[in-house]
Amino acid sequence: MVATPIKTGGYGSHDEHDDKPGFFARWFYSTNHKDIGTLYLIFGIIAGLVGGYLSFMMRMELAEPGIQFFENGHQYNVFASMHGLIMIFFMVMPAVIGGFGNWFVPIMIGAPDMAFPRMNNLSFWLLPVAFICLLVSFAVPGSASGLGFGGGWVMYPPLSTTGSPGPAFDFIIIGLLAAGFSSIFGAINFITTILNMRAPGMTMHKMPLFAWSVLVTAFLLLLALPVLAASLFMLFTDRIAGGTGFFDPARGGDPEMFQHLFWFFGHPEVYIMILPAFGIVSHVISTFSKKPIFGYLGMAYAMVAIGVVGFVVWAHHMYTVGMDVDLKAYFLAATLVIAVPTGVKIFSWLATMWGGSLRFTIPMQWALAFIFLFVVGGVTGVMLANAGVDVALHDTYYVVAHFHYVLSMGAVFGIFCGFYYWFGKMSGYLYNKYIAAIHFWLFFIGVNVIFFPQHFLGLNGMPRRYIDYPEEFEKWNQVSSFGAYITLAGVFFFLVMLVEAFIRKRPAGDNQWGEGATTLEWTLASPPPFHIFNTLPRIEDNDDGH
Amino acid sequence: MGVKRLTLAASTAFFAMSSAAFANKPTDGGYWLQDAATPVMIELTKLHNFVFWIITGITLFVTVLMAYIMFRFSEKRNPVPSKTTHNTMIEVVWTIVPIVILLVMVVPSMKLLYLQDALPETEMTIKVTGNTWNWEYSYPDFEDQVESYISNPLEKEDAGDLYLLKTDAALVVPVDTKIKVLITSSNNLHAFAVPAFGVKMDAVPGRINETWFEVLPGKEGTYFGQCSEICGVNHYKMPIEVEVVSKDAFKRWVANGGAFTKSAALGGGSVTAAQK
Repeated sequence: MVATPIKTGGYGSHDEHDDKPGFFARWFYSTNHKDIGTLYLIFGIIAGLVGGYLSFMMRMELAEPGIQFFENGHQYNVFASMHGLIMIFFMVMPAVIGGFGNWFVPIMIGAPDMAFPRMNNLSFWLLPVAFICLLVSFAVPGSASGLGFGGGWVMYPPLSTTGSPGPAFDFIIIGLLAAGFSSIFGAINFITTILNMRAPGMTMHKMPLFAWSVLVTAFLLLLALPVLAASLFMLFTDRIAGGTGFFDPARGGDPEMFQHLFWFFGHPEVYIMILPAFGIVSHVISTFSKKPIFGYLGMAYAMVAIGVVGFVVWAHHMYTVGMDVDLKAYFLAATLVIAVPTGVKIFSWLATMWGGSLRFTIPMQWALAFIFLFVVGGVTGVMLANAGVDVALHDTYYVVAHFHYVLSMGAVFGIFCGFYYWFGKMSGYLYNKYIAAIHFWLFFIGVNVIFFPQHFLGLNGMPRRYIDYPEEFEKWNQVSSFGAYITLAGVFFFLVMLVEAFIRKRPAGDNQWGEGATTLEWTLASPPPFHIFNTLPRIEDNDDGH
Repeated sequence: MGVKRLTLAASTAFFAMSSAAFANKPTDGGYWLQDAATPVMIELTKLHNFVFWIITGITLFVTVLMAYIMFRFSEKRNPVPSKTTHNTMIEVVWTIVPIVILLVMVVPSMKLLYLQDALPETEMTIKVTGNTWNWEYSYPDFEDQVESYISNPLEKEDAGDLYLLKTDAALVVPVDTKIKVLITSSNNLHAFAVPAFGVKMDAVPGRINETWFEVLPGKEGTYFGQCSEICGVNHYKMPIEVEVVSKDAFKRWVANGGAFTKSAALGGGSVTAAQK
């Protein structure tokens, strides 16, 4: 990491007026980046519990053959679809980008707030509206088979048009459009803030990697989400009787066009979720190795490379739709390229630790687990990139295992890593590290027990999105469902950890992590004053950083 | 060295067990690909196993390296951290080496892709249509003899252990014959998949996708697959059953107007016997 001068308690953190607005004005009209970040994090936790409940019910259903809990396949599909949408749009994205991004990007670059505080407020408050739309969709008719939308989070037509005539999917479209605009506004805000509001001396090449990761992510959001918005809107008009026929072959449309549009958004979306986690993990690894990050420029530009290449590989999600073979060959080769910058990141983290003085604190445990799990999820991605092999694995549980290793264990471990790293800074309190350790170990073991056996199910041919399965698949499904109990216990300890910390109120101090923590947030009080950097920090040009 | 030998032994055992398993359907508690019945699936399995070695090696390498670092550079053993943040040589190495590994992988991968997806001269054609929620099979080459027919899943009482795999009318094809499969759908998306053949192709309304397979001689029997693209409430309940019979038995089946497909209990071997 770039060394920045540390003056603990500096930059007027204690001596300025710290008058906060009243409760309602502070939390509902909020324009303060830290308060908005907090709102995002609370929102992410709530959405995560809802999405987690949906997945837990699916695991219970799948614990044995036969249909036990759900009314029919449609209801199961509704749970699966909503689990995906809620976890992606309402848990991971709000937590990493809205939560940590809002909290720490301005602080890390030495800016007093985001560039457009009121737009920041709008970004957040669109989300609860969107989330309510999604929750409403559970309770209104979807298809002839029941309530809710059961077309998968990918929303492919014709299942999402003629296949789901009820209003449930219209609510989802409206909700996702709102969430999409929330993200676009957020992206505009981050790009403007990072490009224009860096403190004197904070050049791009001195900027902390988390800020870099959010900058790349913001560009991905800005370029990808309008495509999602457009394709959702096309679905919307296709669904109207006598409306358009973009995806209706009977009227000259093509359902595969939607898949191209969707994945043109959907693949960058994967990196939108994981890049900020890369940034967080870089800081944590560097802090607890007491070493600056190894190969800082390589790390920053590896993220840029992943972002750029991420836009030209989308059709590897579509190897079985009947594409031309030469096109598949291109997407195969392009997809493999992504392994190279990803490898640079993994090895740079290891090199950062090499020669360091490692402290295995709670955030460091999450970061180390992140590296291991992301490697496992990454290498199965290399397997799936091979179009020929993917024919056997496409839409099986192998794919489910793969993307949960990179998301449920990559992005989510990144989120917990950041949460435990910055919890003291954000709240001003220390958590109980024993409860936090129990949370970590239950979670680590639980998710592995859930998802590792799913590789076996996928190889053996079990398709995704099945409420019931032939009895040959019972064994590994049982193991997988057992893992869901362990993970649930982990979630329980996470909540206990939160409650305990806020009851005990042990003060965290300005810099609880000591000499390894070199970014600007550790120069402020914990929690930071309502207004920060009234005098801008000046980043000296000391060249020992890189 | 010890670690390497251990993993070698472990994965040899892995492969041995997987190849011993009988599978033209999922294996009970199975953890590997289903046994190959076509040249494409043989090549697919080979490539999968090859890539599996590489990715397992990479994962082990990273894990072992990380474990060593955690041991060697813990705060206790290494209280004073170094300040090294650059080493151009090693950065070049960890960029180049993955590229080389990928190049080694991409050659067989492309070979498999073109084997699988560039259709050879085929000897006969079948047409598969996905409906909500069953499959319809027809034989354009034998239109006059064999009417197209619907293949419905059997309920639990009739299917027994083969519930969610067994149907009331299998797709009947001859062994040792290159068969082109035309796939389309009458409404939602579906995907026609037979794991043992290395075949999976989406059924898309308004489009006719094509793929092919050739069941190797001696591999007559019944093969099972399942719909592999979400298609609504009964997505889980539209299995694919393929009955591979000898060329002679297939000829007789065609001459009979596809008669024995209506009888649910027939297996590949008994068909031939019954026709004699």
